[in-house]
Amino acid sequence: MSNPRTFQIQEISAHPGPVPGAGTRREEQVCKYIDVTTCIGCKACEVACVEWNDHPFRETTFNDTYQTMPTTEWNYYNLIKFAEDERDGNLMWLLRKDQCMHCEDPGCLRACPADGAIIKYENGIVDFQQDNCIGCGYCISGCPFDIPKFHPKTNKVYKCTLCSDRVGQGLEPACIKACPTGCLKFGTKSDMVQIAGLRAKQLREVSGFADAGVYDPASINGTHVIYVLHDIKRPERYGLPANPIIPPSYTYWKWLAKPIGLGLGLLGILGVFFHRVSFGPRLPQPEEPPLIEPQPDPVEAKRKELP
Amino acid sequence: MSASIERFDERARREADRVGETIVHRGQLLRHPVYTRVLHWSVAISFVLALLSGFALYTPWLYRWLTPLFGGGPRTRLLHPWFGLLFVIFFFFQFLNWFGPMAWTAADRRWLKHLKEYSTHQHRVEPEEVGFFNGGQKLYFWLIVLSALLFIITGILMWFDHLVGRWLIVVSYVVHDLAALLMLGGFIIHIYEGTSHQPGTFHSMLDGTVTEKWAWTHHPGWFRAVTNRDPRQAYEREKQRQVDRERTIEDRREL
Repeated sequence: MSNPRTFQIQEISAHPGPVPGAGTRREEQVCKYIDVTTCIGCKACEVACVEWNDHPFRETTFNDTYQTMPTTEWNYYNLIKFAEDERDGNLMWLLRKDQCMHCEDPGCLRACPADGAIIKYENGIVDFQQDNCIGCGYCISGCPFDIPKFHPKTNKVYKCTLCSDRVGQGLEPACIKACPTGCLKFGTKSDMVQIAGLRAKQLREVSGFADAGVYDPASINGTHVIYVLHDIKRPERYGLPANPIIPPSYTYWKWLAKPIGLGLGLLGILGVFFHRVSFGPRLPQPEEPPLIEPQPDPVEAKRKELP
Repeated sequence: MSASIERFDERARREADRVGETIVHRGQLLRHPVYTRVLHWSVAISFVLALLSGFALYTPWLYRWLTPLFGGGPRTRLLHPWFGLLFVIFFFFQFLNWFGPMAWTAADRRWLKHLKEYSTHQHRVEPEEVGFFNGGQKLYFWLIVLSALLFIITGILMWFDHLVGRWLIVVSYVVHDLAALLMLGGFIIHIYEGTSHQPGTFHSMLDGTVTEKWAWTHHPGWFRAVTNRDPRQAYEREKQRQVDRERTIEDRREL
């Protein structure tokens, strides 16, 4: 990847004063902003996602809600989740756009045993490389948000790419482009965090949602998809874990205990080898040819003779 | 239950002996019949395949070394559960086959207590109470039984991971690894004892026979059971014969 600063102007001939824009740094971290309070559940983002990724039509599942299907699928990365809640004795509909959260500390990547199957870019996007995927499904159990989905025909796992192909060309993700209400935004992480903070403040101070806040869980060092929620104290109401964690089996166990176990195995091999070298074989007794009585060491005897 | 296992095993042994045969020379004893040998090597081959394909996925440091053996990562992942299943099925029959002689006794507890003497070669012949299998062999056998159970339970959970919860998979992953490490440790010692450390033992699993000397050295109790002779006496007589022979050679040389 070329250095984005290569064509930043360093010096200008006969220019009085400093070079305009000197010392500017490009923000590399990207982020998707989702304001659940202004989502109308139109599902334009779902359609845009299927369209852009050229996914085949998938049958929907009706389960007494407006939700297209119960969970995201291998060819349905983006799903609006409908949950019913109560506020001041009235029904309140919680609509949340569910997709990969692009965690700063990605559980799927930690869990993956295949070299090069999951990568994380400098800009924070976590991307699956299906060419290297072996279809073991560890990433599925490593994910705190139940996002990666197995495709039984190709034996590969798929999930939202944050439209890394579009972002690489300077375009916003397809879902952002399709959103009619502006509840979806895309930009640098710092900008999105700032906008989300302002929106949450507005909800608290103007709209009467005293507990409104931004969902950007610190337990996985933040995510590259952040939510503005009516009630940050109860993210479970939206189907979000309050404290998403990566199973320790994919962190401490995988990177500490496993190599130790393997090292012990190697030590075992060395151990039996040197046991053989030090003690010799256990031969059927009596051995052939017969054992000789222990003889005095001639070198040692000679050494004792010396004054 | 036990009787029907016995009957099944007897029949399998008879059928296998009709197909293959075990040639016992003079001074040798039949140790493992054809059925046992075929089972052992079926277990061994499927275990090694499962071990290699499993360790390919066990840690990133082995992934690039071991996946090419099976045609790449995806195929390794595809084959591993089948190797494992094959291992467990073969071992099930091995379990039925050896269930009897592997029964744990007080003699085995005593054997384990003297493991240090055993491993530092304090005694040239084993205690007389050591039967067909010694305490170490039995320990390894029951370790495999335990590991095979853990393997099959956690393995099926991980194989059909879409049917069970996330945390069950996570726990299975660790338990599966622990079972594999236990097995690896036992396996290293097993191969060492069966080949380099105790000459004649590999032969017993290949051709089914051992020498009488091997039998009274390593499994005196079993020697007594199959020959009706005292293992210590047999050993002492052989030693005496050795001394006599030496003396004869010396005498001839002096002539």
